[in-house]
Amino acid sequence: MNTIATLLKGETGIISEESLDVIPLKLLEMGCLPGVEVELLQVAPLKDPLYICVNGSHLAIRKEMAAQIKIIKS
Amino acid sequence: MENPKPVKVALIGNPNTGKTSLFNQLTGLTQKVGNYPGVTVDKKQGSCKLSATKTAIITDLPGTYSINPTSVDESIVLKSLLNTGDKDFPDIIVVVADVENLKRNLFLFSQVKDLEIPIILAINMADQIDRKGISLDVETLQKELQTDIVLISARKNIGIDAVKKAIENCAEASITQPLCSINHKIDEDYFEKLKEVSSNHTLYELWLMITQNNFPATISEEEKKRLLEFTQDVSKVKRYQHKETIHRYKQINDILKRTYIVDHSKAKDLRSKLDRVFTHKIFGYVIFFGILLLIFQSIFDWSTAPMDFIDATFANFSEFIKINMAPGVLTDLITDGIIPGIGGVVIFIPQIAILFLFVSILEETGYMSRVVFLMDKIMRRYGMSGKSVIPLISGTACAIPAVMATRTISGWKERLITILVTPFTTCSARLPVYAILISLVIPEKKLLGIFSLQGFTLLSLYALGFATAMISAFLLHKTLKVKSTSFFVAEMPNYKLPSLKNVVFDVLEKTKAFVLGAGKIILAISVVLWFLASNGPQSYKDVEQNITENVAYKNLSSGEVQQKIAAAKLENSYIGIMGKSIEPAIKPLGYDWKIGIALISSFAAREVFVGTLATIYSVESDDENTSTIKERMRAEINPDTGEKMFNLPVGMSLLIFYAFAMQCMGTLAIVKRETKSWKWPMIQLFGMGALAYLASFITFIIFS
Repeated sequence: MNTIATLLKGETGIISEESLDVIPLKLLEMGCLPGVEVELLQVAPLKDPLYICVNGSHLAIRKEMAAQIKIIKS
Repeated sequence: MENPKPVKVALIGNPNTGKTSLFNQLTGLTQKVGNYPGVTVDKKQGSCKLSATKTAIITDLPGTYSINPTSVDESIVLKSLLNTGDKDFPDIIVVVADVENLKRNLFLFSQVKDLEIPIILAINMADQIDRKGISLDVETLQKELQTDIVLISARKNIGIDAVKKAIENCAEASITQPLCSINHKIDEDYFEKLKEVSSNHTLYELWLMITQNNFPATISEEEKKRLLEFTQDVSKVKRYQHKETIHRYKQINDILKRTYIVDHSKAKDLRSKLDRVFTHKIFGYVIFFGILLLIFQSIFDWSTAPMDFIDATFANFSEFIKINMAPGVLTDLITDGIIPGIGGVVIFIPQIAILFLFVSILEETGYMSRVVFLMDKIMRRYGMSGKSVIPLISGTACAIPAVMATRTISGWKERLITILVTPFTTCSARLPVYAILISLVIPEKKLLGIFSLQGFTLLSLYALGFATAMISAFLLHKTLKVKSTSFFVAEMPNYKLPSLKNVVFDVLEKTKAFVLGAGKIILAISVVLWFLASNGPQSYKDVEQNITENVAYKNLSSGEVQQKIAAAKLENSYIGIMGKSIEPAIKPLGYDWKIGIALISSFAAREVFVGTLATIYSVESDDENTSTIKERMRAEINPDTGEKMFNLPVGMSLLIFYAFAMQCMGTLAIVKRETKSWKWPMIQLFGMGALAYLASFITFIIFS
């Protein structure tokens, strides 16, 4: 199963619809929505947090959160 | 017809959109751009002349991504937009949006629009449109969003007049309707029922009251009861909030598809190149620690001269008053209470201003977000967040602004731990205490021929402070049972050159906040201490007579007699009595009642220690020459042992005591305010006090 956490640096994926319930409202509001493309830009030196670009927003989120957001790799 | 009443305008927008820049341009007041520590938390207002007859009162609301708040700062936005009955309730809202990330900015716009308050959309950084490969159809967008749109470039002062014009026109027109009809798309019955609760509020307002559990004064008890029924089904409310968000983005996407095109091939390179360097697994940390070293170095190097100058100025001023005013209680209050009290605050301004200068530049450029990214995993092991790094760095200047800077940490437990451990970092108030004690008890030797032993001791005390902060954070992390949903998301803004204006205003504002906030407390306590030190029971009043009539002192010069009187007066004053009463408790640490007085008076601010000892060891108060104080302290004999009072064991024990003890009323007051409870400041006071006592006791035994 692919999640944002399984993306490699530079890879992109589409956030799957079933992730809707696990994404916190704040993240949704910042543009991290189902059906949207997400790109993993950087990984912090200790493999956590992850630096992503989603819907034009550049965000750092923790791996534990990223691992809950399922994606379809593109 | 002329309208004498000014229009009330609120500015709202995402962090980093240049909202505060626009505010500065409109009002001529000086505020700051950016979203990090504690910025724009207080309601900022200014007035703006729209035309010959009209003015506007403009409020700058804190930057937020959504009306639904996740932090203290953001909740201010919701409160000011829901309180329709409030006297500051805005007539017009100006939403400031960044052209580069219009989609997310329009999300907030869409929420605000549904409150049905007259609204204007100001799209900032319009001068970047071409460079970023953006094409924007303003006319269509205007129609689709049912709003006036103004293109501005706030930093370059472009489009400001157009904003004023739009505010003026909007005040006349004021037609409002919601953009996004949440009821049709989610659950028509549910929202129809909700709407029936109150006719005085729009549907979206009522919905916000439910989701945020925030009921303004305009809601009656009866209505509140009915609204509370809606909040019963928590999961339904949450589900509908999610649906609302998706629906809003869908609508915005549809609109932007027709009006906004970005050519992504342009201008994306610099950010990723810089990110690769600043977040590199080796260089990232090297750069960060290099910057930290530079900051500390500068704090010490640059601040010495201005601090000496301030010290001398206040001493001279005090002396000047003493000479030119009739002697009496009032003069004493001014020269020994108020002036040293104010001086005790002002002396910290150089160090604090230098620190804020660095922090402000690092924030302005966008680098600070990369530090948060680098440090988050490490800090999390200690129960904190990457965002805790900034408070911990700020703590080396002063814990008070540092505690306020924790507001950006959204997880309550992470924020609380950061607040609780920040006072362990070596603040600038400890420095004068360390300096005098080290010079008294640590020999001027070289370590391995290069490092000065005294400097090494000072460095060790700094390291001890950080280490204790981290260790206690770890212990708190493992033991604290606090309900908290730790959720971390940090925006990584684009890199930009810092604007000199913004940095200068930011430093001024934060320094001012420190002087006014902490200053009041330090000043008040200084005055209280002065009173306690210059008043006492009958024995205090008899001191002068007893000494002048004492045959043993017949041969002394009048200056020496005066010193004897001053010392005896202090001993018999209220504070002397307090010092003596705690003597049994501090004896195991190696201290006598005189040091006890210094410990008590240190509660105003730690550096008072030096001044108090100066008074106790009967150095005339106008001559605060450190070497004199030092010599007096060096000459002080412990009557029990007949040896020097300030020997290595006592000195080390005091150093450790000052490193650990929570001797700062200002910090306690700010912690109370930020945690909204006396529980946490009391835990700090007694926890750190107990640690200080124990550690000093052990230190004293080891070195004895």
